[in-house]
Amino acid sequence: MLSNTLARSIRLGVKSLLLHKLRSTLTTLGVLFGVASVIAMLAIGEGASADAQEQIRQLGSQNVILRSVKPPDNVNSNQQTRVISYGLTMNDYQRVAETYPWATSVVPVRQLIQEVRYEDQVLNPRILATTAAYRDATGRPLMEGRFLSPADEENVSNVCVLGYEVARALMPLKSPLGERVKIGSEYFIVVGTLQPRVPLGDDQPDPGSQVTGEVLIPLTTGTKWYGGMQVKIRAGSREIEEVDLHEIIAQIDTAENVPIAAAASRVMLDAHHQERDYEVVVPLELLARAEETKRIFNIVLGSIAGISLLVGGIGIMNVMLATVTERTREIGIRRALGAKQRHIVLQFLVETVVLSVGGGLAGIILGLAIPWAVETYADMSTIVTPTAPLLAFGISVTIGLLFGIYPAWRAATLDPVEALRHE
Amino acid sequence: MAEIVAALEGVRRVYQMGSTEVQALAGIDVEFRQGEYWSIMGSSGSGKSTLLNLLGCIDRPTSGRYIVNGRDTDELNDDELSTLRGREIGFIFQSFNLLPQLNVLENILIPVFYQDNPRPDAEERAVMLAERMGLGDRTDHRPLELSGGQQQRVAIARALINDPPILLADEATGNLDTQTTVEILSLFDELHDEGKTILLVTHEEEVGRRAERVMLLRDGLIESITENQPC
Repeated sequence: MLSNTLARSIRLGVKSLLLHKLRSTLTTLGVLFGVASVIAMLAIGEGASADAQEQIRQLGSQNVILRSVKPPDNVNSNQQTRVISYGLTMNDYQRVAETYPWATSVVPVRQLIQEVRYEDQVLNPRILATTAAYRDATGRPLMEGRFLSPADEENVSNVCVLGYEVARALMPLKSPLGERVKIGSEYFIVVGTLQPRVPLGDDQPDPGSQVTGEVLIPLTTGTKWYGGMQVKIRAGSREIEEVDLHEIIAQIDTAENVPIAAAASRVMLDAHHQERDYEVVVPLELLARAEETKRIFNIVLGSIAGISLLVGGIGIMNVMLATVTERTREIGIRRALGAKQRHIVLQFLVETVVLSVGGGLAGIILGLAIPWAVETYADMSTIVTPTAPLLAFGISVTIGLLFGIYPAWRAATLDPVEALRHE
Repeated sequence: MAEIVAALEGVRRVYQMGSTEVQALAGIDVEFRQGEYWSIMGSSGSGKSTLLNLLGCIDRPTSGRYIVNGRDTDELNDDELSTLRGREIGFIFQSFNLLPQLNVLENILIPVFYQDNPRPDAEERAVMLAERMGLGDRTDHRPLELSGGQQQRVAIARALINDPPILLADEATGNLDTQTTVEILSLFDELHDEGKTILLVTHEEEVGRRAERVMLLRDGLIESITENQPC
C-alpha cells in the first residue's frame, strides 16, 4: 500500500513537472553540473595522483636511494676544460653494504654517457652499469632472456640487457637476444630485454624523438671500458665529471626500517662528504607526501563541489517555492478532497526529489563522459572510482530532500479555505 | 425520522480583520437528516460561504459544536478531519476545481488516493460514474478539452467516488448556462432520490426552489427555513 502510494506520488510528480518542461530542465541543471563536476574532478585528480604514486612506486617503495648530486658551480668557468669530481664513492657503497643490518640488498649504479649502435641505428639511452641485484631492488620484470648475473660481473663480460623501448628502437623486427650492439667503442651481446614501463607523465617519449629506457651492463665491465670520467661538451667549454657511483639503492627488509635506514644514510654521508654532493631519496616519504597532497586536493575539490551542489539545491528550492505559490489553489482542492498534510508534503517532496534525482542521473552520465573525453583527447589518465558516482548521487538526493522540505511544509500548512480562494 | 448526519449547535465564526472582529456566523443551530435536500440562500456577506466551509470541515467554528455522523469535529485532529472530508463529504464547486494536468478518470479518483483504506473497486466505480455522467467516451480527456457542463459532471463524479452521505454544492450551477443548469439540477434530484443528503448554496431563486427546504441567512443568523411543496 505504501509503495503503491509512493508510486502514484512519483507518477503524479513527474506529470506536474512535465507541465513545465523548460522550467524543470533548467532547475535540474544546477544539480547536473554539480554532480558532473564532482565525478569528473575526482576522476582526474585520482588519475593524476595514481600516476604520481605509480612513479614513486617504481622507485621501489621499500628502497632508500642515495644519489649523487652535482654541487653548485664555482663560477670560474672561464677555463676551457674543467674536471669536477663529486658524488658517491665505492667506499660509500662498501659502508652501506657492510653495515646496514636492514638492507636485503644494496645495488650500486653508475650512469654512462655513450652512444648505442646497432647496424645503422644510433641511440643515446641511459646506460646503467650495475649488479644483478638491480632487478630485485627495482622489481623490473624481464621480457625475454635473462638478467645480468653475478658471473657476468666476475668475468667482466661484455653483456647487456636492453630496456623494451631501446630494444624496439634498435631492432624492431627481430628478437634482440644474442645480437651484438655497440656501446661506445665496445661490442656487447644482448642477453635479455625488460618489459616496458607503464608510460608515466613526463616520462613518456616525445613522438619521433629520443627514446626513454635504458641499457644495463655489469658494473665491472662499465668500469673497465669507460673508466670513471665522463666528458660533457658544452658551448665553448669541456667539462669532465668524475663520479664513482650515481646511485646506491638499498632495499630495506620492512617498511618500518625504511626511516631508520634513511636517517642512517644521511648521517653516514654527512660524515664522509665535505660537500653536499649527494641526496637521499626515500620513495616512502614521497609517497606519504603525495598522499597528503591528494588529501588536500580532495578537500579543496570537495568544497568546490559542495558549493556547486548547494547552489543547485537553492535553485531547486527557489523553483519549488514558486511552484507552491502557483499551485496554492490545487493544494486547497486536494485538501478539500481529503488530502492529509503529509500527502501534500509527500507530493512536493517527491517533485523536488524527482528533480534532483533526474539532475543527478544526468550529472552522472556527463560526469562519466568528461573523464572519458579527457582521457581520449587530452591523453591524461583518469580513474573513476565506483564510490564517486554513488557519492554524488547520494548527495544530490539528499539535497533534494533537504531543500524540498521547506517548500513542502509551506504547502502543507496552508489554510485550506485561503488556498481554495486563491486565484 | 431519518438519522441526523450533520448538526450545528450554537456555531459562531469570527474573523479577525486587523484590529476589528467580523462575525461571519453569529450562532447557528440546525440539524440535517439523512436524505434531505437543502438549499442555503442569502445575499453576499450573509455567511453562506463560511457556513459551507464549516460544513465541509475545511474551517473550524470559533465556538459551538459541529457534529458529523455522531462525531464532534472539535475532537478531531487535522488527519482525521481530512479523512472525514474525503469519506463523508463530497464537494462540488462553482468553478469545478478540476486539476488540469490530470485526465477525467484521474480527476475522479483523487479522493480515493487520499483514503487509508480505499475501496478496492474504485477504478471500476470511477468508470461507472463517468458513464453515468455521460462521459464514458471521454475518460482520457483533460478538463480543458471539456465544456463547462461536462467539467461539472466530472466534479460531481469525483464527489461521489467515495460514496459520501453528504454532498456540498457551492454555487454549483453559477458558471453554467440555463440548459446545463437544468441538467445538473436534475442530476441532483436523482442523487437525492438515491438517499444522498444534499446541501446546495446558491443565490438563484429558481435553483433554490428545487430543494425541499430553503435556509435563508442574514447577517450570520438563520432568518428563516421554508419547506417547499414538492412540485
